[in-house]
Amino acid sequence: MCTLEKRGNLFLLTLTGDNEHRFNPDAIATILSLLGQAKSQAKRGSVLITTGHGKFFSNGFDLAWAQASGSLTGAAERLHQMVESFKPVVGALLDLPMPTIAALNGHAAAAGLMLALSHDYIFMRKDRGVLYMSEVDIGLSMPDYFAAMVRSKIGTSAARREVLLSGKKIRGEEAVALGIVDSAAHDSAEGVVEATVGLAEKLAAKKWNGDVYASIRKSLYPELCEILGLKATIFATPKL
Amino acid sequence: MCTLEKRGDLFLLTLTGDDEHRFHPDTISSVLSLLEQAKSQSTRGSVLITTAHGKFFSNGFDLAWAQAAGSQTGAVNRMHQMVESFKPVIAALFDLPMPTIAALNGHAAASGLMFALSHDYVFMRNDRGVLYMSEVDLGLPLPDYFAAMFAAKIGTSIAKRELLLSGKKIKGEEAVALGIVDSAAHDSVEGVVEATVSLGESLAAKKWNGEVYASIRKSLYPGLCAMLSLTAKIAASP
Repeated sequence: MCTLEKRGNLFLLTLTGDNEHRFNPDAIATILSLLGQAKSQAKRGSVLITTGHGKFFSNGFDLAWAQASGSLTGAAERLHQMVESFKPVVGALLDLPMPTIAALNGHAAAAGLMLALSHDYIFMRKDRGVLYMSEVDIGLSMPDYFAAMVRSKIGTSAARREVLLSGKKIRGEEAVALGIVDSAAHDSAEGVVEATVGLAEKLAAKKWNGDVYASIRKSLYPELCEILGLKATIFATPKL
Repeated sequence: MCTLEKRGDLFLLTLTGDDEHRFHPDTISSVLSLLEQAKSQSTRGSVLITTAHGKFFSNGFDLAWAQAAGSQTGAVNRMHQMVESFKPVIAALFDLPMPTIAALNGHAAASGLMFALSHDYVFMRNDRGVLYMSEVDLGLPLPDYFAAMFAAKIGTSIAKRELLLSGKKIKGEEAVALGIVDSAAHDSVEGVVEATVSLGESLAAKKWNGEVYASIRKSLYPGLCAMLSLTAKIAASP
């Protein structure tokens, strides 16, 4: 389902298997646990790269699991359960004491796009893969922390509208133009991963204090952090 | 250390001397005092241009003075003192009843960059000088009003990340592309100052009511103003 490997300074979190990597309670719990592991092993120079196998980075929550409850109320409850349990995953990423990079191998939709946006840097493919917030098409309103993430991370009103209110499937070049991702320069998953490893090695070489890095990161997104129950200030001994 | 001159409608605030123009308690009081002077002498059409001499606009707080305290606690106290006393300087700029322009002669780092960003317009050189938020490299978290400034003044998440989480030294062209500064078109200090004087003169010609200008400016940054204890509303007779 997902794995955490260590390669020198880099933590590589991979959503494995050639499927849609949908977030059901088990997947969510596993990811949260692996992020906890990365946090506990973090030191100066650590960097996280998150990627997936196959056509999808992640296609969002497991709506089929929600519907399998057999009733409308049951489905709503299961969806609510996934929305609530995914919030700590986003919180864990914003809190992670190291730079974070999402290397999108393929499509990122709804909660899958939220996972990507929770990273400091996003690289996607040029040739394949779209970003898609499906909520407006499915008729689902936005969880509070999803909206806060989009408000925090997507700068212009026009870009926010394109992402949330158009039902558009946004490809690499447009995602860069809208300021949503950092790069869509590579025509293969390997190219994207290689580029993210290159960036990660440069960031790792800075040997930053991870707690300070996380503190500065959180101070950039006070509204989102409040919704996620994260505190931004820490007392650090500076390198004066 | 710093001077305030008047040239017609323009107030010119200059950080003098060919050094790093670090903000130390004495410099901070001088700058605050000169800003208050500009405020008291302001009339319709007044404009402030802030610049400096030498290679640096300002390289931030005087960390050497903090360390000279002789102990870790002493150093932290001195840092805290500078962070707290600098807040009114930022507030004074946001409150200033006239348009403000920063003409960066050189490098602006940490609180030096905060000082620049507190102006309505920022011009820098194309050929020399970088913007640098050193905190991530020094291992210092951001004071609350610094974070609020960046949230207010820097629009995209990518620009915020590049400035605060990459330890990057950002040159003129990139600073314009990231939307942090207005211009990096000139290859000399004289060019930058000339351009800012020219902008200053076209703003001065509008003969705006400075109180109203300041009120509108503050209303753009409610979060930051709340943190700086600035109130945005005034009653003006239009």
